[in-house]
Amino acid sequence: MDAVGVNFTGLDNYLTVIGKSSFQLAVSNTVRFIVTCIPLLLLLSLAVAVLISSITRLRELLKTIFLFPMAIPVASIVVLWRLVFDNHGFLNGFIERFHISPTDWMNGPSAFYVLVFSYLWKNTGYDMILWLAGLNEIPDSLYEAARMDGAGKKECFFHITLPLLRPTVAMIAVLSLVNSFKVFREAYLIAGDYPHKSIYMLQHLFNNWFVKLDIQKMSAASVMMAAAASLIIIGVHLTHEKKK
Amino acid sequence: MKRKNRWITAGLVLLSSVIWLPLLYMAAQSFMGKGELIENTGAVLAGADGRAHFSLLPKYPTLEPYVELLLDSPGFFVMFWNSCRQVFPVLLGQLLIGTPAAWALGRYKFRGRNILMLLYMILMIMPFQVTMVSGYLVLKQFQLLDTHLALILPGIFNTFPVFIMSKAFSGIPDSLIEAARIDGAGEFKVFCMVGVPMALPGIISAMILGFLEYWNVIEQPMTFLKTKNLWPLSLYLPNITSDKINVSFAASIVMLLPAVFLFLWGQQYLEQGIAASGLKE
Repeated sequence: MDAVGVNFTGLDNYLTVIGKSSFQLAVSNTVRFIVTCIPLLLLLSLAVAVLISSITRLRELLKTIFLFPMAIPVASIVVLWRLVFDNHGFLNGFIERFHISPTDWMNGPSAFYVLVFSYLWKNTGYDMILWLAGLNEIPDSLYEAARMDGAGKKECFFHITLPLLRPTVAMIAVLSLVNSFKVFREAYLIAGDYPHKSIYMLQHLFNNWFVKLDIQKMSAASVMMAAAASLIIIGVHLTHEKKK
Repeated sequence: MKRKNRWITAGLVLLSSVIWLPLLYMAAQSFMGKGELIENTGAVLAGADGRAHFSLLPKYPTLEPYVELLLDSPGFFVMFWNSCRQVFPVLLGQLLIGTPAAWALGRYKFRGRNILMLLYMILMIMPFQVTMVSGYLVLKQFQLLDTHLALILPGIFNTFPVFIMSKAFSGIPDSLIEAARIDGAGEFKVFCMVGVPMALPGIISAMILGFLEYWNVIEQPMTFLKTKNLWPLSLYLPNITSDKINVSFAASIVMLLPAVFLFLWGQQYLEQGIAASGLKE
């Protein structure tokens, strides 16, 4: 329909949206961000969880520290990220000592990785807690039995820990996905409405369309995004059902 | 064995420095006088020439930034108060409306429950922008745009706390509920006397997560609040940084304190709640 809802325009709005290069860019950036971040986050947090559960000294303190970033408001920390990643910032000052030429981190392709970093920084602790809960569910007797049979630490990890953690992976991935959309806050507060094109996400596009009151395009894009979200959840749900 | 653990601990401490070092740095900078701060960070924050210098501790520690922030920046108070006026009603509403919903989803078997749960999860992962237009149109119709309620009402009906709390409710052992029923307690009494106390960690953790979420809110006020006087601190803080560089770190620290205190107070509950949210059904 057109903006006042009088004429039915069929799939025209969808075709216009899909044809837009800004939409394609935003979709590909968002997808790229998700497929980069979530595996990285899952692996990093699993490693931290496994290591942290193997030590006794400083364990509680380290857990608190790793979980701490989730309590830090984005608005508070962005001033620091700006100081670090700015063209005249700390990171450039640091690498210049090693005679590496400085780059403008937020205004180049590297902006993507800055965003990945800030996502990992904020969410590793959250996922670590999820993994630790999964690890706790594994009965100690299994490890003892395996050790009796002469299994080493490595065998225990690959043949007991990993397979038994599998059911929790999907849920952790979903929760990580929820948090991955929130990285827009960092992107927006550091780089504004029109950041470098490597971090121009769907959220930026929606906001800019909103400012221009492009209701038709937004509605079409919203429906597609909602459909994608539904597909993901239904997919996760079905794989769960199968395992039961 | 012992030695190996020591290496692991050392490695983790090193890795964790990515977290505590920045926080320590921010805390230290907030006690720095204007001159020193501009000398160190002016190249980035105030457009001066040269490069920002990393210096962890202030040479001349002073409370001046805090004094200026708390006594001399009325805007900061307004925004801080706005944040409070938006966050706490949301939490109260979630408690009153979300808890019974979570009880129903977590404890009762009824037709359509799975579909409903699926719908909740879909709504949960949907980024704000998907419902931005429809939300805007609805709020406009009710003439709620540009009021605190534009943030509070949609916030109350957020699905994430219901999801977490329903996991907490479904984790209560059936025998306890049965025992209460046999003792003649009605459904409402079971909910109040057994359900809520048993699921308290989950409920508290949903509330803490909710606080962190709404204390951090950026997109909603950006879309629904035109008047800057209504903005929460989370959206306003970056403006302070560009206007008054000398109070920027102090303002960051003051904004962070309520969240950090809440986090430290409720960490045990928070961990239990997060853990419950990850468990398979």
